Amino acid sequence: MYSLGTYVVLDPGIVRTDDDDVVVDDDEPPSKKLETIAKAPKPNTPHSKYLWSRVRKNITNHTTRHFGGRRVIQPMTNLPSFPGAQRPARSYRTDADGVSIATYEWGNESDPPLFLVHGGSDFAGTYDVFAPIMAAAGYRVISWDHRGHGDSDHTALYGWDADIRDALTVMSSITNKAAPVVAHSKGGALMLQLADASPYRISKLVNIDGMPSKRRMPDAPDHDQTRMMAGEITGWLDFRHEAALAYRKPGSLHDLAMRRGKMNPRLPIEWLEYLVTIGARQDDDGWRWKLDPTMRFGGFGPWRPEWTLLRMIALGMPFLGLIGTIDEPMGWGTRPRDLVPWIPRNGRLEAIHDVGHFVHIEKPNEVSTMILEFLS
Amino acid sequence: MSTTAGTTQQLVHNKVSLALHTLRVGSGTPLLLLHGLGEHSPSTVPEVAARWPGPIYALDFTGHGQSSVPAGGGYSCEILLADVDIALRHLGGACLLGRGIGAYIALLAAGARPELVHGAVLTDGPGLAGGATHISAVTEIATVGDRSGHTPDPWALIELSRDARPANYASTFARLSVTGPNNIDPIAVCCVVRPPWIEAINEEPGVMTGLSAQEALESYAAR
Repeated sequence: MYSLGTYVVLDPGIVRTDDDDVVVDDDEPPSKKLETIAKAPKPNTPHSKYLWSRVRKNITNHTTRHFGGRRVIQPMTNLPSFPGAQRPARSYRTDADGVSIATYEWGNESDPPLFLVHGGSDFAGTYDVFAPIMAAAGYRVISWDHRGHGDSDHTALYGWDADIRDALTVMSSITNKAAPVVAHSKGGALMLQLADASPYRISKLVNIDGMPSKRRMPDAPDHDQTRMMAGEITGWLDFRHEAALAYRKPGSLHDLAMRRGKMNPRLPIEWLEYLVTIGARQDDDGWRWKLDPTMRFGGFGPWRPEWTLLRMIALGMPFLGLIGTIDEPMGWGTRPRDLVPWIPRNGRLEAIHDVGHFVHIEKPNEVSTMILEFLS
Repeated sequence: MSTTAGTTQQLVHNKVSLALHTLRVGSGTPLLLLHGLGEHSPSTVPEVAARWPGPIYALDFTGHGQSSVPAGGGYSCEILLADVDIALRHLGGACLLGRGIGAYIALLAAGARPELVHGAVLTDGPGLAGGATHISAVTEIATVGDRSGHTPDPWALIELSRDARPANYASTFARLSVTGPNNIDPIAVCCVVRPPWIEAINEEPGVMTGLSAQEALESYAAR
């Protein structure tokens, strides 16, 4: 027995949808299973059509590999699932001036749009539990993989403005009216800038632990900070010389989940293994994260975290900030009391206790209830 | 370097091909010219550098001149710094003569690689000032249309003309520049226009002011 995303094979070889039981030989390869399903009677109700597309999608779930520029599609089977996780109902590409952005949607196309923005080193699939809850509440939920992340193009250059421009391209392809946005971590900081510069784009903003403060800056004298910065600069420059040859280390699905676990120590291994099936690809020598290997965690530059807070306090639209109280490697190290002076007039901050940086993943029901209340 | 005057080499910086032009061959410390925002390298030695005794090269930044144009922008001065670092390692070190944004990049390079930069001469030109620091800047222009793929890349003009240059950031690079073997006055401010980042480094030790670009180059050539 294995799981097909949210749909479980009830008995070996039987996939249950609304209308029919479709008999599939569990020992057959995915292509044969798909063929069997294709010959079966088609579902009638909208919901069963949706289930049908989900079953097809899961059976044909595939990874792409590149051999000398030729794209090869390889089926994958027996992939981990996670309770409540659903892959998007629709996925397509959005062209952002030559950069192909992988875009995803959950829920009915006729429902009002809600944009979800992921954080650095993540991808839209990290919303696979949260997004379906929002879709079930009546939203057309749209998210995308940032450039260099997930299935979006790897580009030569990455930058804050470029990420915001890509976001605007995706958002404009859905609506030119103000729409609500829920954004996590770096995505939250990006959306604070967008909300400040283009307030007519965002009707309500939820920022999940994406409110950087100065706390990460070490309490060191000027000359020590200068020396530390010198190390960061030379490390980054040295890496740029080798960037063209950079590649991600392969491993088993479990290896990749364990590696990610070092950055996401509070998330269950079952979730991390599920993420591997979306955010990584399977090559001949193992699984690799799709994240562009030329991207590096950390770095240096003129940007100062307090600039984001200056933008946050100026916002005019309704604002909800959510923050966990437990610091994590991928978090900003911000404490609720650091943010209190910077909450905008129409905003509020909720500190959620005993939760880390991935607030919406650790507590999807509690957080989604709070956000749905706010959005309503 | 075994090159001929008037030739161009292509250097690899990740997915970008950088054009490094040889303007004059010779021996001794090379002079590397860094152009302004939206400009490209000159094809001949400019008058200001005519008396430089060694070989002279000029680099086209990413998205400029004969360097390649990446899709979808994403420019920063730090990426241009990495362009220069690729050229510096190729040349084995150089004295830098920067115009406009090239002047700011010369400062960053002098701080980032004090062992490879024998002096940085900062002069006026396009892109000298940079952007403000506390302003949210987002463009709703989603495509550059027919200009896509051509130099100068419009995304470079949009993004680099408002690249934030906080005074204390520039000062940090000025301080780092004196940590190398060429630690006596490694930076020469020769521009007339004085944006805040220039005013900030004027206060730092190791920064020469009041010289013309020719005088500064002569000073570095004599070392």
